[in-house]
Amino acid sequence: MSEALTHDVLVVGAGLAGMRAALEAARQGVDVALLTKVYPLRSHSVAAQGGINAALGEDDSPETHAYDTVKGSDYLGDQDAIETMCREAPSDIIELERMGTVFSRRQDGRIAQRPFGGAGFPRTCYVADITGQALLHVLHEQVLKLNVLTYDEWFVTSLIVEDGRCRGVVAMNMRTGHIESLLAKAVVMAGGGFGRVYTPTSNSLISTGDGHALAYRAGAPLMDMEFVQFHPTTLKESGVLITEGARGEGGYLLNSQGERFMARYAPSKMELAARDIVSRAEQTEINEGRGVDGCVHLDLRHLGKQKIMERLPQIRELALDLANTDLLTDPLPIRPGMHYAMGGIKTDVNGATPISGLFAAGECACVSVHGANRLGGNSLLETIVFGRRSGKAAAEYADGRPAPSPSEAAVKRDTQAIEELLSRPSDGERMADLRAEMGVAMNSGVGVFRTKEGIAAALDKVRDLKERWKRVPVGNKGGVFNMELLSVIELGFMLDLAEVIALGALQREESRGAHSRRDFPERDDQTWLKHTLAYHTADGPKLDYGPVTMTRWQPERRVY
Amino acid sequence: MEVRLRVRRYDSTADGEPSYQQYAIDAPESVTILDSLLIIRERVDGSLAFRSSCRSAICGSCAMRINGASRLACKTKVVDMASRGREITVEPLANLPVIKDLIADMTPFYEKMRAVSPWLMIDEAKPLPDREYLMDAARSLRLSQFVACIQCAACYSACPIVALDDQYLGPAALAKAFRYCHDPRDDGKAQRLAGIAQEQGLWRCHTVFSCAEQCPKGVNPTEAIQQLKKMVMLMRLGLSR
Repeated sequence: MSEALTHDVLVVGAGLAGMRAALEAARQGVDVALLTKVYPLRSHSVAAQGGINAALGEDDSPETHAYDTVKGSDYLGDQDAIETMCREAPSDIIELERMGTVFSRRQDGRIAQRPFGGAGFPRTCYVADITGQALLHVLHEQVLKLNVLTYDEWFVTSLIVEDGRCRGVVAMNMRTGHIESLLAKAVVMAGGGFGRVYTPTSNSLISTGDGHALAYRAGAPLMDMEFVQFHPTTLKESGVLITEGARGEGGYLLNSQGERFMARYAPSKMELAARDIVSRAEQTEINEGRGVDGCVHLDLRHLGKQKIMERLPQIRELALDLANTDLLTDPLPIRPGMHYAMGGIKTDVNGATPISGLFAAGECACVSVHGANRLGGNSLLETIVFGRRSGKAAAEYADGRPAPSPSEAAVKRDTQAIEELLSRPSDGERMADLRAEMGVAMNSGVGVFRTKEGIAAALDKVRDLKERWKRVPVGNKGGVFNMELLSVIELGFMLDLAEVIALGALQREESRGAHSRRDFPERDDQTWLKHTLAYHTADGPKLDYGPVTMTRWQPERRVY
Repeated sequence: MEVRLRVRRYDSTADGEPSYQQYAIDAPESVTILDSLLIIRERVDGSLAFRSSCRSAICGSCAMRINGASRLACKTKVVDMASRGREITVEPLANLPVIKDLIADMTPFYEKMRAVSPWLMIDEAKPLPDREYLMDAARSLRLSQFVACIQCAACYSACPIVALDDQYLGPAALAKAFRYCHDPRDDGKAQRLAGIAQEQGLWRCHTVFSCAEQCPKGVNPTEAIQQLKKMVMLMRLGLSR
């Protein structure tokens, strides 16, 4: 074994949260490195389209933003964390602008803001419909400028946790297939989402919940995993995202009768109600026979060519390429699709997890600012605010601590596990078949609407798949970019998460935010105003519950 | 629908020359080249190496040559490349070393991006504005045409000058330089221009427009390079700061 690579802070994942964390840690003067299974610009943050929220407007305020977020969360979000995020949002946006982000502008030259779902003000700053890409590239530029060392195309196989403290990771250099340990005084997990647990999903092929699963297996609790966001406007076959900005700019949702059906579900907010509500409305229209071939229509024609070409050029191109539809002349068939994980690794407002030395930020973390339903434009904000905070906290944690000693045992264990994978008999079932079974089962059983029977069937399926996974072969024995091997490992991660999601959903006998039980249609604050916590054990997840932090707002009936 | 691909195979760590392997799969009419490659890797040949991530033409992972032109595999429909059943040739990006199969070593490309100091340079002596810098809405729209670059390197692969001179900065890096030189907030124009107004920088471009033609995002690096040349001339004539 070569000499172990050692850093003060190691950030796993180079999307917005990871790069923001690395940047902040570097500013603190510690030795920081980034590790990512893709090149940073390929991270899923790049696919965010619509924008990032901050109360910049004269009539707007962080308090209003916080209230909208608390209400959007169906009162499950921790209000101290939400207040922190909304209070720090304006200065973080200004900083992103000063770093070089080309935000779309108002006529007076200030940052433009568009209306988004569930928000009382036009509060979403944007770069046309490529906000995530624009921000990701700007943060990457800063990472280059500060010379942050980046391990591109390295895949983490496990976290090293000894004596209750995280001491680094074991990872495979994908270019060679070699497995090594990377030691660190503090690790920031910023592994992104787990969209690929579902089929279809708006998420990238790389969004396999690695960060969630690695932390879970290492002993960190996953919180509120049953809350899975279905975005109201995704393409039918592929699940590819069509931004909420399309409705923010004035787009209509129409059923087969050409009716703006949101009038019956959210008369005051219409198409700009919170996402869980719009997705349920669409699914109801489809289920009750007012859909169009399993979809409803997104109609932008009345916006006119100039507005579409200036503010939504990328989705127009996507619709042309992937759905053969020109938004200038035709309505686009869309439907609710898995989009975002509200749940994740439990952290405090500084990104600290219950494991000493392990921090988490971004979609893989649960602070919790989204509760049972995230508002559009708040995920990018979360990555920036809590990426920054966790980078700072990790650097402070690492500062002055002795370097961890090398862990031969962890490398040996993972090397053996991979040898076992590579030596499996070749007659097992295909990874792709199992993954498809999982995705379909989760989508139908733990989807927009849920019932006890449906969830239980999905859970049974997932447990069956976990057994069958143990015999999935890896035909490719090579070391260089063995993507077949990695996809089998990723499927193992996802099956762990699917089990946690389904079990949490089965136990939670109420409807709150994105968790909508047909058999328990009401929110039940008496019993269920609490966070779900899932702990990894040899016999599967063990569930526990924890309190929700409330500062200023008591639960109210949630209407839009 | 039958999809027939002829894919260039190569492993830089093994002995042997590059070769072409033929695959035939059954797939729906709507499939892209990326969909087809995924079907092959997951159902036919797990050793086939390529990069992919967003499958919606924004992450820049899956640029490769398809029937000779540099394209994003996720944005390219099989039916647009070949009439029914006709074979489609898929190769890694040109002008870069190959690691395995369709995976190019992007290091030279990324190093050239970095060489143009691709970040906002602010004169620290100047006072910061109270809030954001103000920017004309039209300028923001203009810049966003270049912000749209996803660094997929399709232009770099398409550029005939890079093919002749591997020290040439190439279209993407120069377009990035223009994006910042044209940014009203930036104070690094003179420094950046000095770095790129070199034989193997700006002046190497022959205005062939291959980069603009093959860019999957509608960015026009050739135009950016022409604008940069103009900036350099104005600066040398003392007509710009």
